[in-house]
Amino acid sequence: MSKPKVAVIWNASCGGCDESLVDIEDKIIDLADKVDFVLWPCAMDFKYNDVAAMKDGEIDITLVNGGIQNSGQEKIVKLLREKSKIIVAYGSCAWLGGVPSLINLKNKKDSFAVNYLDCPSVINPGKKVPMAKSMADGYELELPEIFDTLYTLDDVIDVDYYLPGCPPMPAMIINALGELLGGKLPPKGTILSPDISLCLSCSRNGTKPDRMVMGEIQRIHEIIADPDQCFLNQDVLCMGPATRDGCGYPCITGNMPCTGCMGPMKNQDQGAKMISALGGIIDGYDEEAVDRILDGIPDPAGTFYRYSTAASYLGRRREKNR
Amino acid sequence: MTEFKPKIIAFLCSWCSYAGADKAGGQKLRYPANILVVRVMCTGRVDPRFVLKAFREGADGVMVLGCHTGDCHYRNGNMKAMKRMRLLSRMLPQFGIVKERLMFNRVSGGESELFQKLATEMTENITLMGPLKIEGFVKTEGAL
Repeated sequence: MSKPKVAVIWNASCGGCDESLVDIEDKIIDLADKVDFVLWPCAMDFKYNDVAAMKDGEIDITLVNGGIQNSGQEKIVKLLREKSKIIVAYGSCAWLGGVPSLINLKNKKDSFAVNYLDCPSVINPGKKVPMAKSMADGYELELPEIFDTLYTLDDVIDVDYYLPGCPPMPAMIINALGELLGGKLPPKGTILSPDISLCLSCSRNGTKPDRMVMGEIQRIHEIIADPDQCFLNQDVLCMGPATRDGCGYPCITGNMPCTGCMGPMKNQDQGAKMISALGGIIDGYDEEAVDRILDGIPDPAGTFYRYSTAASYLGRRREKNR
Repeated sequence: MTEFKPKIIAFLCSWCSYAGADKAGGQKLRYPANILVVRVMCTGRVDPRFVLKAFREGADGVMVLGCHTGDCHYRNGNMKAMKRMRLLSRMLPQFGIVKERLMFNRVSGGESELFQKLATEMTENITLMGPLKIEGFVKTEGAL
């Protein structure tokens, strides 16, 4: 029997997800024995033409990192969808848009202006910005067209499973790959982590007082954080209440608050959930007092939707217009 | 061009604001028919998600009306709602929705005139602002 074929592809992501596959340490050798990699642009040299020449459904599992931000990425994931039995949205970018999807708060024109024109460290006398078609020495050059909005993977193609995390933790990867390669397939659309809030498994959950009150909101570098106390009780914003469990809270163990990379629970909007949670614990009886506390959150959308803007209620196109 | 009729969703607390709106009806006070009332048991039940969903599904404005401070039937639901809406209205401009499109205020069961006044004001404001567009890329109303 031939070995199962696996493809790995990256789109609008940082490359940390590719790296996380290597982070499973010696298990990567077992994995390389068990499967044949047919595409992994970050690590090995394969050509897209070889993939295009395959039969439909020939690839067993495709791990897709990153959201879809240009037409080239769209083309490749559509091709991989045809050729693959299982598509896994690997990491929070593919599932929710991730950090790059914060661009959905602005648009292409604004982002080009910041990155190529107005940035103090950029010297660009010709005022050149990336274009889909351009002329150089009499030849017409073509580049993928950058979209105005970053899309999540399931906006573009049909996705079978989702593996959250930024990047997914080694234990989760081993578990998920074992399940998928072992033929024990969960129902389609499963998010491969527990559907409960991070707080429920957090080691600091027991230190919460009966009635939690946040008198101000501080950032983690402004205090010396107690390594055993709940962060919210120390007036530091922790996304735990609105974030999915399954990562094993390495950030909390390192005395840093959760930033929400595991994404929301099922059918939830991460930002709305966090606002809801904070509304219950912020102190103050009148608008002025509450405003003073809220001044501690200078960028609410960037804080609450750091990893999920493209999947939020407002940060993406409405379904009917897609 | 047809006249723009805004769609405004109002989440009213069953114990005070809804009673206030009811009384306004009973007294035959006129207020715009653009207000679509959703009765909730307490404004503390209004998840920010409901507001976001209302905007996404085509509402041009959202009102959340609760009890006066200290009058909550469930002790502090209205305070929680105030804090949530306060924080939410700081976030909405980042998504291109000017914060005046979300109103939080307090109306008791007897203040039918106040309800009439708020409903009229909100409708006039939203009519001036025009329809909410969050299609395509989200930043359409440059508030930031």
